Amino acid sequence: MNEGIWPAVLGRFTWHALPFVRAWEDPNASEIIGAGAASMVVIGTVFLVVLITGLRKWRYVWSEWLTSLDHKKIGIMYIVLAFVMLTRALIEGVLMRMQQAAAINHPGFLSPDHFGQLFSTHGTIMIFFMAMPFLAGVLNYVMPLQIGSRDVAFPLLNSVSLWLTGGAAGLVMASLVVGKFSTGGWSGYPPYTELAFSPDVGPDYWIWAVTLGSIGSTLTGINFAVTIYKMRCPGMQLMRMPLFVWTTLCTSILMIFAMPPLTVATAMLALDRYLGFHFFTNDLGGNMMNYANLFWLFGHPEVYILILPAFGVYSEVISTFSSKELYGYTSLVLATAAIAILSFTVWVHHFFTMGQSANLNAAFGIATMTIGVPTGVKIYDWIWTMFRGQVRFTVPMLYSLAFMMTFVLGGFTGILLAFPPLDYLVHNTLFLVAHFHNMLIPGLLYGMLAGYHYWFPKAFGFRLNEKWGRIAFSCWVFGFYLAFMPLYVLGAAGMARRTQEIFEPAFRPWLYVAGLGALVLFCALASLFVQLWVSIRERNVNGVFAGDPWDGRGLEWSTSAPPPDYNYAVIPRVHNRDPFFDGKRTDDPYAAPASYEDIELPKNSRTGPVLGVAGGIAAFGLVWHMWWLAIIGVLTVVATVIARSFAREVHRIIPADEVERTEQRWLRAVAEATPIPREIEMTSANQGLADPRE
Amino acid sequence: MTASDIRHAGLNLGDTDELTHEQAGRALFGFWVFLMSDAVLFALLFATYGVMVSATAGGPTPALEYKILPAFLETLTLLTSSFTFGMTSVTMKRGASRRQLLAWMGLTLVLGAAFLGMELHDFADMFGDAAYPTRSGYLSSFFALVPLHGLHVFFGIIWIAVMMMQVMVFGLDAPVKINILRLGLFWHFLDIVWIAIFSVVYLQGLIR
Repeated sequence: MNEGIWPAVLGRFTWHALPFVRAWEDPNASEIIGAGAASMVVIGTVFLVVLITGLRKWRYVWSEWLTSLDHKKIGIMYIVLAFVMLTRALIEGVLMRMQQAAAINHPGFLSPDHFGQLFSTHGTIMIFFMAMPFLAGVLNYVMPLQIGSRDVAFPLLNSVSLWLTGGAAGLVMASLVVGKFSTGGWSGYPPYTELAFSPDVGPDYWIWAVTLGSIGSTLTGINFAVTIYKMRCPGMQLMRMPLFVWTTLCTSILMIFAMPPLTVATAMLALDRYLGFHFFTNDLGGNMMNYANLFWLFGHPEVYILILPAFGVYSEVISTFSSKELYGYTSLVLATAAIAILSFTVWVHHFFTMGQSANLNAAFGIATMTIGVPTGVKIYDWIWTMFRGQVRFTVPMLYSLAFMMTFVLGGFTGILLAFPPLDYLVHNTLFLVAHFHNMLIPGLLYGMLAGYHYWFPKAFGFRLNEKWGRIAFSCWVFGFYLAFMPLYVLGAAGMARRTQEIFEPAFRPWLYVAGLGALVLFCALASLFVQLWVSIRERNVNGVFAGDPWDGRGLEWSTSAPPPDYNYAVIPRVHNRDPFFDGKRTDDPYAAPASYEDIELPKNSRTGPVLGVAGGIAAFGLVWHMWWLAIIGVLTVVATVIARSFAREVHRIIPADEVERTEQRWLRAVAEATPIPREIEMTSANQGLADPRE
Repeated sequence: MTASDIRHAGLNLGDTDELTHEQAGRALFGFWVFLMSDAVLFALLFATYGVMVSATAGGPTPALEYKILPAFLETLTLLTSSFTFGMTSVTMKRGASRRQLLAWMGLTLVLGAAFLGMELHDFADMFGDAAYPTRSGYLSSFFALVPLHGLHVFFGIIWIAVMMMQVMVFGLDAPVKINILRLGLFWHFLDIVWIAIFSVVYLQGLIR
């Protein structure tokens, strides 16, 4: 394939780029695992295509889901993507722990290069393609409902964001099957990722996947911020918004300002690699510390992009399951905003060892510690919310409690790391790895899982199985402590992160415990899937069509479960912070309106899928130097955007009588449902109607 | 709500076209937010330029490469195009004839293209001196910042062309009007960025 037209067509591709070929030629454990992972991707894709074709569901999938501009469906698709990527990245984490447990004075079963790809994909996926889609999904689903709106401000842009993220995730999956991924870690530091040291396709996969994803996230941020500023229902003043909406707003603002630095950093790295620029090279005036600054100018706010929505979820969950008004609402709002602003002032703490002056480090160290203050305020507010409340230990509540304990612990180690002299000692060790997992697992994953359990009945009309929820919860918590507490010890003892082989036998017991923890975490994920399966099977027993299974407080509970396409037949009007909770107690929230009106909603659009796929194809062409493919991809994107600007029939009307039929079906179900007291809300007596008399 | 209750920053259609004005509020606010994000991109490239301007690695220096006269002419051209776009917006708001509107848009397009041509000529001159982006960190940062602005102007030109076509196809319906308002913000934004480039890059570079 090195002659004639082939180099122009296939770029850098050779048969050797396929893991199957590599495993065939050199069948060692590392290559076989690589080929196995690649075949999982291929088999999974083929299985999905065959399944949809066999069920004759392509039309349904295309018109009800892929082209939908409904924020609820887009939200669900984001979360499906997040679960797929979580599965891959978690298995990678387990593999790494197994390798380290096996590789004490022994090469283990993974080659150094393979190990490098594993920690790079694990981090990249967990941040950009698990955490970001998960939170974007929850925000998408919940926020418009909570502010009493029928959709987001720019529904088409929302679909484009989803598909850009999807295209980027597809690119990361493609790297399993064709070629290899970067070995430069999730932060992709040059000069290692420059051509001089990584001439292969790996860093290019990383660059384009992250770039596409970051553009998608910027657009999401713009969309959500405008939605919250412009589309709240009458009476929903800023200080009446549910706290989840506040955290969404702050996260969106962070996205608007913090994603561009990432785009700039990856674009400059691409210029270095593709056109021979000298931004971060070792020679001719390049300076890699510029990269470190740009990357962490994104990277630190990113931490709060991830954590703030979870804070919002916890605020909703704790208040609901304590049946109490959120304690210290104003202080929670101020704390959220303070965290958002402070998050831009601490980025240097990611590289205290850069060699700058001690005074600079001191300033950033103090700024870092300051963030602990608003975070502490929040923890106290949540505790006071539970105080003398009617606390029910449902699955979301369990996650919230586990979060508070665990997150505070992680916060303490963060304060330790904020001391520059102490940071020098544990920089780049497993202590840091333990710290950020200790922040992000409770501060993101538990929060998203709490939100998933809490709002699942709203989205699908039935509750998730309690027993399996508790099993999964126990595994997530015990697994976390087993897997990551040993890493603090190892890090303090000086074990460097990203180590493929270990030469200190004293580390052995800790690595075994951590390995066991990783297996427990795998069981946690498996339990979640079992729970989903079991819950779908018993969906008729646990149905909550009436829409209010938890004696909810915000507007999202005042409509059916799942909500109709248009969310609210009549745009609600609110007078206080817990409109539905108080409404249930002062008058009838299920009174039919005097009349119904036609409702205008956005029509489906192919623009999102086309842009996502074309963007992914352009990126793939760039990775492999298949310039023709890249040009086709880019031109398709431009042509699609221009063509779409000529579309005029972009709305559909739901006629008033159809709205009336839908609403009356729901109101009948509400009338037939038995109101239940809170004590039995976890049983199948719960039909989605709360008894507000207590 | 009356038109004055929902005023947004920039040119408002309130008193001439109330219906479009109502829809424009959200769209224009969204575009302002997008421009903020875009401004962050430029801010970071300016910062990078500031850090790298001394990293000439023994190659061409700013004082040797920048020529004030072409840069000044480019500034005048772009500022004039901003004025002609302003006339486009006012023409649209006051409901003048379609031909007049197209004329102002066409003039803006020509001025934008002239600017781009002059800028490319500058780059060609620099290449003639062997001042390639691959030569040094300083030239890398220059060729990331200034051509990114040029690329924006290029997309602006395509956008103007598309809008001219839409004016011919649809006349002045609400989406066309809103998009022209957005385009206006974009075009004036590029002007402001250019003024920063002219002062920070070209004028500062001439200080020997």
